[in-house]
Amino acid sequence: MTDLAPLWLTLRLAAIVTVLLLILGTPLAWWLARTRSRLAHVIEAITALPLVLPPTVLGFYLLIAFNPTAPLGQFWLNVTGTTLTFSFTGLVLASLLYSLPFTVQPLQTAFTQLGPAPLEAAASLGARPLDAFLTVAAPLSLRGYLTAAVLTFAHTLGEFGVVLMVGGNIPGETRVISIAIYEKVETLDYATAHLLSGLLLGLSFLILLALYALNGRRRA
Amino acid sequence: MKDLAINVALQRDDLTIEINERVPLSGLTAIFGPSGAGKTTLLRLIAGFERGAGEMRFGDEVWQQGRHFTPPHHRRVATVFQQPRLFDHLDVAGNLAYAARRAGQMDAVAAMVARFALDPLLSRRPATLSGGEAQRVALARALLTAPRLVLMDEPVTALDQARRNEILPFIESLRDEANIPILYVSHSLAEVTRLATQILTLADGRVAGLGPAEAILPGLAATPDQPGEEPGSLITARVRRLSSDGLCELHFPGGSILTPGRVGPDGAEVRLIIRARDVMLSRDRPEGLSALNILPATVTSVTPVGAASAHISLDCGGTAIAARITMRSVAALGLSPGVNCHAILKSVALARDALPSP
Repeated sequence: MTDLAPLWLTLRLAAIVTVLLLILGTPLAWWLARTRSRLAHVIEAITALPLVLPPTVLGFYLLIAFNPTAPLGQFWLNVTGTTLTFSFTGLVLASLLYSLPFTVQPLQTAFTQLGPAPLEAAASLGARPLDAFLTVAAPLSLRGYLTAAVLTFAHTLGEFGVVLMVGGNIPGETRVISIAIYEKVETLDYATAHLLSGLLLGLSFLILLALYALNGRRRA
Repeated sequence: MKDLAINVALQRDDLTIEINERVPLSGLTAIFGPSGAGKTTLLRLIAGFERGAGEMRFGDEVWQQGRHFTPPHHRRVATVFQQPRLFDHLDVAGNLAYAARRAGQMDAVAAMVARFALDPLLSRRPATLSGGEAQRVALARALLTAPRLVLMDEPVTALDQARRNEILPFIESLRDEANIPILYVSHSLAEVTRLATQILTLADGRVAGLGPAEAILPGLAATPDQPGEEPGSLITARVRRLSSDGLCELHFPGGSILTPGRVGPDGAEVRLIIRARDVMLSRDRPEGLSALNILPATVTSVTPVGAASAHISLDCGGTAIAARITMRSVAALGLSPGVNCHAILKSVALARDALPSP
């Protein structure tokens, strides 16, 4: 009987990260889509960094920051009594960073395409800005949200380098599916590696298929 | 009657807006001028979508002064845009409810649906509506906010002729019955002639003229014509009586005008449009003409238009009337300001029947 715990852990991680990023990424993407500030270019570049940075580089810096002797790691230890390194919470935090562009960019594109017209109409009908966002801008950006959710989920699902750096390989805590596959290959358990790889391949394909089918239907 | 006091400057890439004007708010005020004169920008300033430097007051209510700026959703001003801007994710009923709920006007929805004949459209999505239908929904939605002022930015410009004639009567009835002042941006002289009770003209971001439609319109026609636009004048007259041979007598300070058929009940006010090219001039009172309407008038100005024509402004008992004749006739008749003559009206149209030029 193959141990599927890494799969469930991975799905849990991806789900939590996706939900959190959709919430946290919305104001950032909204600001980037609307602002005329020059600071926006700096923020955009920082947001896109995880796209080009080797995951090990990001993981290395996060490992330093999460260390209990560093300010962030120490703060976390004082408040919660647990460490960020080699913990599920640390994985969630790290994933929030490296999956950020996969949430922010589709949302920013959707908000930019939306333009000011629907929001002006909402304001002229007496809707306050937050009201107008929730009842007009967000529903009209539904496609952007779906794209962001699918990409974020899929990307978090497959991450390896960052997880290896900050999470290590603790069963039930940080042993996600990509780490488990690596370990099975190292120990020459190719049968399990095949099974887990096949699962990840199939899952990723289904997710992308859903995404393209969704976009294709809208296009037609 | 409230007025809108605007003292605002706004710098845009290609245009500087500088408005310092107190606009009395009643009836339908047309904001008229060529493309790029700042009409839409002025409307957006009033709506609160743009913020210039300066001050703005609506009656006693300060909308902008120093750091204070009332945001659009607190102005209780409805905007009808050139594109209907309906919410695509809601059906027609949902779009109407969106406005009504926020204004506490849910009780008014049914009456508005009836007024704009929207019943068959309620469950339709905006994407499936024709341009005219969508604009009707947009009008109803705007009115459901119980606005204190309605702003319309070329609401029929995007529509074809037939659809325009479908929408304009709704705007006319709104003007005549709803008692909500309307500011109506247009670059179409025909639309302005048909709808306006007051006209504000803009040129290069500044106010060029403001006054009752009857006073401003004949002067507007003296500006270079836009293709397909008919210069003309507007006369507000009252129905006097119907003669036994089927003519309706309409009275205005400059005299009487006869027009076929009963145009309204006795005493009703009607708007008449007289195209400038339908006005002939004669120094002596002409005899033996088939034309019924001959009014004594005084020339107030002669403005050359194009190569061979002239635009003549006439005063007819306090009402301005415009005529378009050739320069040769101007010379032959010796027309110049102060000269008395007779205006022969070849044709008179009711504003509500006047079609905007195609």
